[in-house]
Amino acid sequence: MKILVCISKAPDTTAKIAFTDGDTKFDENGVQFIVNPYDEWYALVRGLELKEANGGSVTVINVGRADSDPVIRKALAIGADDAVRIDADTTDALYVAKQIANYAKENAYDMVLCGKETIDYNGSQVAGMIAELMNAPYVSLASKLDMNGNTATIERDIEGGVEVVETATPFVLSSAKGMAEARIPNMRGIMAARTKPLNVVAASEANNATTIKGFSLPPAKSGCKYVDADNVEELVNLLHNEAKAI
Amino acid sequence: MSVLVYADSNNGTLTKNAFEAASYGAQIAQANGTNAVAVVVGSASGLEDLGNYGIAKVLHLSDASLDNFDPQKITGIIAAAAQQEGASTIIFSHDFSGKSVAPRLSAKLDAGMVTGAVALPNGNVIKKAVFSGKAFAEVEVNTDTKIIAVLPNSVDKVTTGGSASVEAFSCDIPSSGLTVKEIKKESTELSLTEADIVVSAGRGLKGPENWGMIEDLAKELGAATACSRPVADIGWRPHHEHVGQTGFAIRPNLYFAIGISGAIQHLAGVNGSKVIVVINTDAEAPFFKAADYGIVGDAFEVVPKLVEAVKKLKA
Ligand SMILES: Cc1cc2nc3c(=O)[nH]c(=O)nc-3n(C[C@H](O)[C@H](O)[C@H](O)COP(=O)(O)OP(=O)(O)OC[C@H]3O[C@@H](n4cnc5c(N)ncnc54)[C@H](O)[C@@H]3O)c2cc1C
Repeated sequence: MKILVCISKAPDTTAKIAFTDGDTKFDENGVQFIVNPYDEWYALVRGLELKEANGGSVTVINVGRADSDPVIRKALAIGADDAVRIDADTTDALYVAKQIANYAKENAYDMVLCGKETIDYNGSQVAGMIAELMNAPYVSLASKLDMNGNTATIERDIEGGVEVVETATPFVLSSAKGMAEARIPNMRGIMAARTKPLNVVAASEANNATTIKGFSLPPAKSGCKYVDADNVEELVNLLHNEAKAI
Repeated sequence: MSVLVYADSNNGTLTKNAFEAASYGAQIAQANGTNAVAVVVGSASGLEDLGNYGIAKVLHLSDASLDNFDPQKITGIIAAAAQQEGASTIIFSHDFSGKSVAPRLSAKLDAGMVTGAVALPNGNVIKKAVFSGKAFAEVEVNTDTKIIAVLPNSVDKVTTGGSASVEAFSCDIPSSGLTVKEIKKESTELSLTEADIVVSAGRGLKGPENWGMIEDLAKELGAATACSRPVADIGWRPHHEHVGQTGFAIRPNLYFAIGISGAIQHLAGVNGSKVIVVINTDAEAPFFKAADYGIVGDAFEVVPKLVEAVKKLKA
């Protein structure tokens, strides 16, 4: 089973969100970067489990510059066999999807596993775009993936429940909670990761379909209105008459 | 250049998000002096109602073979409808269905896409939520055709009192490698991601046996229940109730956080809520900084009183 897992570099979940250059760039000062949690915890680990059960290989792919290498090494430490970095700046989902789809098509993977979104740009776009570019089925927000030969049985989140779908390889999915349990790399994995192949390849020609013009922070909350614990009726009154929420 | 809206349906009925997307698309069409057209795929009724949100015409492809949601087929159908209508702006809801179809369509049409839009476009620039609700970005679309997926419950709906004409639509339906085997609903209860009111509780409740009062409150309010991640992880509550960065992101009108500290990863999934009420014994709990209303107090005393007070209001 030849598995490709897409990983993105994302700011740590507790990172301070601030902007520089006239609010046009994310301020990376003091920010710790991690593998995007959905990519790491769910897509990568499920890929590794399938390889362990069925044989094959897990390759991680990232579109980015050399500053992505530490998070790529982390994925290798968790257990991926090798890595590919397509050397490009990433500002647009369609651009990234084209890079990955081109690589995936050339190298005939059985499945391409992504996270459900990145925690920085919250796009939920790249995986579905890759699928269309590969003319392959796409299952979004998958919470379970089982393989039986070339047939995949996948559960995906829907409004108030899950839908069970079946498809054949090759396919693309985006992973949500439930797919797998996060793994912590051990010392052996970390040592091995240093010498595993990380191939840097040139980007293919593509346009940016979108451009980020600037950022802003949400207006601060006007402050919490406190109600005394002995006066719960007042809370209900405020929610009804002031907030008009009940 | 008309505006095309994908209006999703569930069990033959248009979804709440479909009407939001319709209203968003219609407002763009109106600003550009053109019409908004909706596409509905599969058996569904009540489609004229889209007119009340500004849709002039509904294209309905009612083939029963399409009742099972299939993103590959729907992508092809929307592309055909966009071509027929000469649409250069295509609108989705950024919900489970939208996330399955919109990216495919973007790649198919080579059209720039913005997901999680929180405001109407300003020319080609669209404001969207980023960093899990902690910031916004202004994104410019550089292609002639643009695709926008609207964040649920974040753009006001405008009603017009109109009624839409419904036309049968047909096109070549692309083949697909996907078969829907089964649909499992967690329960008949209100779905968490669609609920207007959500009552959520955390580790402060001490154990699963104490959730009765949370369910009572939810029932009185017609609310869905949710929980923090540790509560789902220890198995006090089912996983599908887990909200936050790694669980579901929700945007209800009213969110009750009971015995939840307000960790940054929890807030990331609920900070889009319009009104937040926090009940916590610890006056220093970070959640109060994100709250609109707060009670510093013991949930075991406050919540039962709250249930009674809501009962009284509803009576
Ligand atoms: C990468 C990452 C992702 C994460 N994703 C998520 C996520 O998606 N969702 C999520 O929720 N968490 C997530 N977390 C965990 C998060 O950091 C917090 O640990 C978690 O939200 C805490 O849950 P809690 O508030 O229920 O528990 P605690 O932090 O233990 O808080 C319990 C609260 O209850 C209060 N309390 C105690 N007794 C009472 C009482 N009798 N009445 C009223 N209040 C009382 C306490 O004062 C306290 O504030 C994530 C963490 C990481 C590192």
